[in-house]
Amino acid sequence: MNSIGQGFWEAWRLIITFDPDLYEIIFLSLQVTVAAVIIASVIGLPFGAWLAVNRFRFRRYTIAVLNALMGLPPVVVGLFVYMTLSRAGPLGGFGLLFSPSAMIIAQVIIITPLIASISHQTIRDLWAEYHDLLISMHATRAQRIMALLWDGKRALLTATLAGFGRAIGEVGAIMIVGGNIEHATRVLTTAITLETSKGNFAFAMGLGLVLIMMAVLVNLLIHTVGKTERTGTW
Amino acid sequence: MKLNWKALVAASLLATASSAETLRMAVTTSFYNSGLSEILLPAIKADTGLDVELIVVGTGQALRLGEAGDVDAILVHARAAEESFLAQGFGSHRREIMYNDFVFIGPADDPANVTAAKSAVEALQSIAAIQALFVSRGDDSGTNKKELKLWAEAEIAPVGRWYRAVGSGMGATLNVASGMNAYTFSDRASWLNFGNKGDLALLYAGDPALFNQYAYIPVNPDRWPHVRYDLAMQLESWLTGEKAAELINGYTINGEHLFIFNAVP
Repeated sequence: MNSIGQGFWEAWRLIITFDPDLYEIIFLSLQVTVAAVIIASVIGLPFGAWLAVNRFRFRRYTIAVLNALMGLPPVVVGLFVYMTLSRAGPLGGFGLLFSPSAMIIAQVIIITPLIASISHQTIRDLWAEYHDLLISMHATRAQRIMALLWDGKRALLTATLAGFGRAIGEVGAIMIVGGNIEHATRVLTTAITLETSKGNFAFAMGLGLVLIMMAVLVNLLIHTVGKTERTGTW
Repeated sequence: MKLNWKALVAASLLATASSAETLRMAVTTSFYNSGLSEILLPAIKADTGLDVELIVVGTGQALRLGEAGDVDAILVHARAAEESFLAQGFGSHRREIMYNDFVFIGPADDPANVTAAKSAVEALQSIAAIQALFVSRGDDSGTNKKELKLWAEAEIAPVGRWYRAVGSGMGATLNVASGMNAYTFSDRASWLNFGNKGDLALLYAGDPALFNQYAYIPVNPDRWPHVRYDLAMQLESWLTGEKAAELINGYTINGEHLFIFNAVP
């Protein structure tokens, strides 16, 4: 079994020959995941901060549920979105099933709890530090949340990247709602599943390595742009 | 594989047809894993301008997608299930396109001596007799339905540690069989196109009971007004036409024919 070694060669061959199909599925993978991460961050980051600064009756339970939802099984989310978007389902009229939009919806559901939960933990610690200051300044609740999100932005990047990591490597849900249609909804993870099922292990492995390299590149890029993890920038 | 993708892209770029209309069709994993779709789709695009999007699932799920109106047409291979689908009014009609056959795959040294079987039923009986490992699709697909029908005819209830129902597509099932060096039941096309044969070999084929007919069913537009029945009919006339016959009959892997066209004009 030298498929692993072959996989490395296959990965390089795919990248340096500019295989158009490969670039198409890489692009779609990024498009779907980045869209999902942006939407989930817009919902999840403020929600996590809001949970950290507010005291209300079911707060403890809300946090417990949120933390539990981090482990939401993607295949169940996929099935739920599938049944909702199917022509026979409640939102069938939009005809979204088997489209990239459906894949984005599924990923948003999967990663929002993760982003919100990490955001909550980060902001909670920061809030303990800023509490007296912000209260003495008579900051409104919205101002407090804004200030905490802004000052915690570096740490919140981790939340966003965790969401990206979970979404880019996800296959169970997007296979169900996207259908793995060539030139329409095929992304790296579903292509890997498909090639594995055909017994083309080297090719599947090559795609897998491309996926990993892409995840590393995106993370590096974000750290570079955000100027994090460098001496003197904290 | 790689070349085929390229051919597909090249063909879709060269396609002269101007307006690209999209038809969504659920097909069985055995049809897709055979590789024939990579030959047919570019030709369909070139001749009719149709972009056919394939949802690759087992026959059971393909029928469910048709019932829910999530696809415009289906291409499946399970006669009884197809007829009940039509009887319930989910499909407009059924058109036979092509056939191939099911085969028994197993370890090359063949401990159950399936090679000597005189019928499909006998092949199963000899596997069950020594309780040799057998991997079943177990996913309510056309291939699975056929296999279960044969077990019933052999009067054997396939239960026990030797019978492994994996609940996966044809390729994944062959992977499991290859990994466990077990017997399995496959359609000929998927087997020929499979890249991880390991120590497995084709052991038995040829019983008329192993006949495998593929049929095309457009989803009934009376039930789901949004389906593209016009496009489904356009595709049907192509699939039953001369060009399709030529491509289907001409598709070979290692010199072996995978499908035989039998649509009646």
